Parts: sequence; structure tokens; C-alpha cells
Amino acid sequence: MTGSPVESVSGRRSEPPRGMALFAYRAGRMVRTTGPYLTVLGIGAWLLLWWLFSEVWYLPRFEKMPGPVAVLSDLFARDPFQGISIFTDEYYEHIWVSCRRILFAFCIATGVGVPLGLCMGWSVQFRHYTFPILETLRPIPILAWVPLSILMFRGFEAPVIFLATLASLFVTTLNTMLGVQSIDESYFRAAGCLGSNRWQIFRHVVVPGALPFIFTGLQISIGVAWFSLVAAEMVSGDWGLGYLIVDAYMNNVTVPMVIGMITLGFVGWGTSVLVRIAGNRMMQWRTRALALEGR
Amino acid sequence: MSTAEMSTTARTGAISIRNVTKIYDPEGVNVLAVDDCSLEIGAGEVCMIVGPSGCGKTTLLNAIAGFHSLTFGEIRLDGEVLCDERRPLASQGADRVVVFQNGALFPWKTLGDNVAYGPMVQGTLSKAEAREKARHMLAEAGLGDVAEKYPGEVSSGMARRAEIVRALINDPKVLLLDEPYRAMDALTKSIMHEALLEMYDRTKVTIFFITHDLEEAIFLGDRAVVMTTRPCRVKTIVNVDIPRPRDYHLLSSEEFRVLVEEAKDAVHEEALKAFEAGERELA
Repeated sequence: MTGSPVESVSGRRSEPPRGMALFAYRAGRMVRTTGPYLTVLGIGAWLLLWWLFSEVWYLPRFEKMPGPVAVLSDLFARDPFQGISIFTDEYYEHIWVSCRRILFAFCIATGVGVPLGLCMGWSVQFRHYTFPILETLRPIPILAWVPLSILMFRGFEAPVIFLATLASLFVTTLNTMLGVQSIDESYFRAAGCLGSNRWQIFRHVVVPGALPFIFTGLQISIGVAWFSLVAAEMVSGDWGLGYLIVDAYMNNVTVPMVIGMITLGFVGWGTSVLVRIAGNRMMQWRTRALALEGR
Repeated sequence: MSTAEMSTTARTGAISIRNVTKIYDPEGVNVLAVDDCSLEIGAGEVCMIVGPSGCGKTTLLNAIAGFHSLTFGEIRLDGEVLCDERRPLASQGADRVVVFQNGALFPWKTLGDNVAYGPMVQGTLSKAEAREKARHMLAEAGLGDVAEKYPGEVSSGMARRAEIVRALINDPKVLLLDEPYRAMDALTKSIMHEALLEMYDRTKVTIFFITHDLEEAIFLGDRAVVMTTRPCRVKTIVNVDIPRPRDYHLLSSEEFRVLVEEAKDAVHEEALKAFEAGERELA
């Protein structure tokens, strides 16, 4: 590349790379570090152990577990032996139904939890009203809510969404509240002596100051939403990954069960990556400062 | 800013602290932080408050700024009562802007938006006008290139300078600085001092500057007020009759040395008392 403005004669960069050059720089840096190789190695070792335990040595407790060969050959088969593969429509229907429920639950929980947490962190009086209730409801396991949710809501959809919402609501609210409490007092004072009224302090100090905690909370909350969704789908449901797992178990087909579990893992990971990306976009100030520290 | 405006700013900003006493009451034990402290600060004066750490200097600043209440006495700004026994907590307002010890630029706003914040929330300027004025003032302070950066991306020296610009954009009567250069190395500090003096020579705003660095106090101030250790009272006042504008060559001059020595004995005595008392510093 001659004449490129990014690299000077000595090979040192005179200005930060952009576009494709930035992509190439990142890819190059990734290939040169050990991280990606270790990840591949780790996954390989894990698959190997799984294969040895369940399909070669048939260790006790592992006899009934389908091995990686059985699972992967079914997962990628056009005509799967046990009914579920990436070529069957049901597979995508299960994923879609679960994702849709998560989307509803996560949006409701965020829409209610963030404002609630902001108010709880900001107003001591409001905290006195609400915090004891939150702390009492929070430790109740989601499974304990199942009977009540079935009594309260009709059909399959509403109770499941209710349970997932409930679980992530508590996490979001608590983290948001802690986020507000973590804001340094001097920002409030600075805003005050620059002439802000209460609403302006809320908008310019409380909300942005709590954002890092809020997004940490949202990442946990989407994970928690998946836990409770699957638990709910196992108890009541007609579709969804949780239902797929328990239905496969009931019908004594173990491969779809494991396919359901692995799929859940990947989809859950994907959603939390999405939340992280959204967070980094909304907090450029933090992303840039952390990048300068090499993180 | 025209000369007419400058002269009006020069005539406002007189602070009068009269018999101020502050008693903290943590866990039922009365702690006397400030005891019957009186001090008159003229309009446009650079008043340096010197004393050992935790002596109650910041308590005084907090009372002026309206962060904490006082227990007895009164504080007036240009003759108007800010706080007294009937109304112990002053209202916070942009006529007295604080620059904080650890820096309080909003990390989630760019330097430009930080500076534009005051006029924007007060409604004195529209958002666009405030931004424009902020960019102009930052450029004047030598920060034109970093106006679009976040505080986390610039050096602490630049951030601190931007924070002073954020205060000055409001045309405050008083600038309250609470050991703003405490964590800086001596070289950065001397650059910060010159920048502050340069801004002072332009605006002539009253400056209430807390420090425990004697050389800083003499270099910047019209007067250095040495405070006693807790309870805080005025011990001695060192008048610094060195003409402005000043630059760092002053630091090696004879008259500067003499003044530092004059203040040093008083400060040392109080520091020793504070150390022997061994009390925990108050905020």
C-alpha cells in the first residue's frame, strides 16, 4: 500500500486507522494474541471429553447422555433421526417463540425497572416506601410464582412472559437504584451551583451517572429472564426452547433435549452481546475512556 | 468582554464572613469545626485560605456555596445575606461557582457541553448559543482542540482548566476553589497557576482559594489567610504586595521567599498542633 495516509515511511501510524484499515488492524491484532487459539483449544478439549465420556468409554452416569457425534449429526441432518435439526421448521419456531417472549419480558422489565430504580435511588422518601417491598419479593424463587401466574393469567403466553418479566424486573430495579447511589456527590453539587433545578439534575446527572450500573444490570437481567423463561416454559407452554427440552425428555428422545440446551446457550449469549453493544453505544464517554486505559 | 463590563464585575463579589461557627454532630458528639471565624474579602480579591488538612477550611467553603448549613453567624455577598442563624443553609446559585478538589466535570458530557451546561440550564442562553460561547471560551483558554472530547480522554490539567472555564462562563461573582491542584505534580501545577492568573487578569472575579501549599498561596494571592487547626479561626493574614501580572520567575525572587517564610512559621505551628491532636479530618 503505497501512499496510504495511515502508515508513514517508518511504518509507524501517523493517524488512527479507519474503515477497512481499522478492521484489518483489529483482525491482525487478534490473530497475533493467544486468546482466540486458547478459546478454540478449550472448546476442543471440552468436546473431546464429552465424546470420550459418553460415546467411547460409556462412563457411569454418562450412558444415557447423547454424545457430541449423535447430537451434531442430528443437528445438521436434513432428515433428523429424532425430529429436530437446523433444517426443520419447528427448530426455528421454538427459538422464535422464546425470543419473542424474552423481547416482551425484557422491554417491560426495563421500561418499569429503570424508572422505578432511578426514583428509588434519587428520592430517599420513595425508597423508604418501596425498598422493603422489593427486598421481600426479590428472594422468592420464580418457580414459586408459577402457580399464582397460572391462576392470574389465561393461556400459555401471558403467564410465561409475566414470570420472565418479574425475574428481570428485580435485577434491573436494584441495579439502577445502586447506580444512582454510586454517583459521586460532587456531580450533584456541581450541577446545583451551576444553577440546575431538580428536574435538570435528574436528567443531566442522575440518568447518565447511573447508566454504567443500569447496563450491567440489564446484562444480568436478560440472563435471568432466560432462566425464568425456560423454567416457566417447562411448566406451562406449547412452544419455546424450554418446552422443547422438557417435551423431548417426556418423549424419551434425548438428542433434541441437548440440542435445545445448546441452542439456549448460544441464543442467550447473543442477546447479552446485543445489550452490551447497546450499552457501549450509549456510553461513548465511558467506552472511550476505558479504551485509553487499554481495556 | 468590554472594559465597562469588566469594571462592573470588579466591583461585585465582596464576601463578608461574620462570627461564623459550625458545629457538626456526628453520632451525638459535638465537633466544633469552625469557631467564631470572621473575614472580609474584597470584591475582585484573590483570597488564599491556608491551613493544615482537615482544619475546617472546606466547611467554610461549603457554607458559602450552600452545600452545608452554618450553626451561628452570617455570611454576606455584596451586602446581601447568604445565610445566617434564621436561614442557615444558603441557596445554591451560579453567582458562586465551585471548582472541586477531585474535579467534577460531568464525565458523560464533552468538555464543550460541560462548559455550555451552566447557561443552558439557567436559560440565559439557548442551547446553540451556549455551545457557541463555550467553544469560544475554551479556545480562549487554549482548549479549542479538545472541546469535543470527554473528560476521561484529556489530561487532568486540561480537565481542571476546562472546569474553571465552566465556572467562568456564568460570570460568577465569586469563584470558590477547593484545593483544585492538590493531586498535580509541581511542573503541571505551575502551568495551571499561570493559566489561572491569566484568566483572573481578564475577569477580575473574586477568588476564594483553599490550599495547604504555601508557595501556591503567596504566588496566586492578594492575601494569604492562615487558619488555625480545628476549630478553624483566622490566625494571621499575610499581605502579598507583589504587582500583577505575575509569572513563575517570581518564585525565585527575594520578596517571594520572605513572604513564604513569614507565613511558614504560623502554618507549621498549626500543622504540628493538628498532628498531635490526631483527629480525623472532616470533609
